[in-house]
Amino acid sequence: MVYCIGHSIISPLGQGSQANYEAVRAGRTGLKMHSNRFADVEPFCASLFEKPEQFVPLCIRCVEDALGSQLADLSSQKDTVFILSTTKGDDLDLLTPAQQIAKHFGNPNSPVVVSNACTSGVCAQITAMRLLDADLYKHAIIIGCDLQTRFIVSGFQSFKALSPEPCKPFSPDRQGLNLGEAAACMVLSYQPSAGSDQMTWVLEAGSIHNDANHLSAPSRTGEGAFRCLTDVTEGLQPSDITLIGVHGTGTLYNDDMEQMAIHRAGLQDVPISALKPHFGHTMGAAGVLETILCLKIVESHGVPTSLHSGVSQKSKVESGESERRLIKMLSGFGGVNAAVRWKVKGER
Amino acid sequence: MLDGKAIAVEATGEKMLVELYRRYVGDYPKFYKMDTLSRLGFMAAELILGESTDQTSHITHHRSIDAVILANRSASIKNDKDYLRSISEGNYYPSPALFVYTLPNIVTGEIAIRHHIQGQTAFYILNSPTELTKIVQAEIRAMQPDTRLLTGWCECSEANTFYAKSQIIWNN
Repeated sequence: MVYCIGHSIISPLGQGSQANYEAVRAGRTGLKMHSNRFADVEPFCASLFEKPEQFVPLCIRCVEDALGSQLADLSSQKDTVFILSTTKGDDLDLLTPAQQIAKHFGNPNSPVVVSNACTSGVCAQITAMRLLDADLYKHAIIIGCDLQTRFIVSGFQSFKALSPEPCKPFSPDRQGLNLGEAAACMVLSYQPSAGSDQMTWVLEAGSIHNDANHLSAPSRTGEGAFRCLTDVTEGLQPSDITLIGVHGTGTLYNDDMEQMAIHRAGLQDVPISALKPHFGHTMGAAGVLETILCLKIVESHGVPTSLHSGVSQKSKVESGESERRLIKMLSGFGGVNAAVRWKVKGER
Repeated sequence: MLDGKAIAVEATGEKMLVELYRRYVGDYPKFYKMDTLSRLGFMAAELILGESTDQTSHITHHRSIDAVILANRSASIKNDKDYLRSISEGNYYPSPALFVYTLPNIVTGEIAIRHHIQGQTAFYILNSPTELTKIVQAEIRAMQPDTRLLTGWCECSEANTFYAKSQIIWNN
């Protein structure tokens, strides 16, 4: 078992996990049209930083916020590993920015970069859990980050995957996805944080499965996602799960596939949350950012998602239980699917 | 080299992968759509999972695997640069067929499709194979008993500069 002892999000909606959670609760979105951002690229709807950010400094700020003053010492320890989740890194370089971040914090270990397409942020949590469970490290600092470029936007346009308007996950009239940029950080540890007044977040299970079907289209039967859901709910009843944080890109095929997988796993009555109407698809950051927000939603018995109807079957995460569990799932190019199960303990 | 024995090839660079494909596989035309990194990982998997009766016959797969974990240093940089050229100013033709290969984990997807692997697939960017050994040690502990994991280093920094080293680990 692995505990989350610190976290942060920096997105166009705000600095810090709490600010981003409040922005979601208030129904704010970072999505808007951009017409002159990149040469040759057709106008697109995305959530971008007002003032362009630089990859490494952005990640460093996010880690600093997640560590706070209490955990600051942990970053330089030899039993702490840095794990970066990104698809395109800093100008197509993935290893160098991870090394620069680790070096900035005086960490002696060679960092790990997880590059498993859009599932990277959830896969990074699974990698961290396994490294800690194997006693190879005691703490892992996971950073999810991607910044949008002409490279990425043109590629998704060539796939005709972009929605001309803010995305509508799981809605019958959805038209595709929006891209987004953000950094998110989770500090995982083999022991819970010392503060007794805090809620405890425990990473209990993780699973990765390939569809073995197509490189850029999800399986019609949701095979890989279904297997992930089956793995992470083993031994539990659907009523034990408070919330499923779906990938919910807003593309026709992804959302159909997820719905199929959720039904096959018997989880169709569990409330779901799709956060991309607020942040867009933040790629390497998505798994980390969306997991943190789902945890905050479950922790405060909040509303799963508020931007449009059709996402959640229930209006509110049920309260009353002192132990609540959530699943965060993602799917991506290369046919890969991933899911984690977190437990939230304590009352506030 | 396969199981300690050298395989004779005439071609060099990228053409070497095509020569190996023609000799040992031949009936999987999707190979020609792949980028160099995927061709490299695909052929490394074909050779390690199969057996041919002699140096000229096609491979029969006689080993099966349940999971794939690969790593390298430079991600999908060779194909990233090819894609960048395709969207250079004055020559803007973004292609989905090229864009999809601008992720290093696509090679694990190609291997999964070829060998019907619905277990874990993962790709890491690491400084050296030493770090991969550490990760695989942690990953294999978490896998079901009797899992056969294909793992290795799969690097293609430029069209004619590539290196793959694969092994199968069986946690029985």
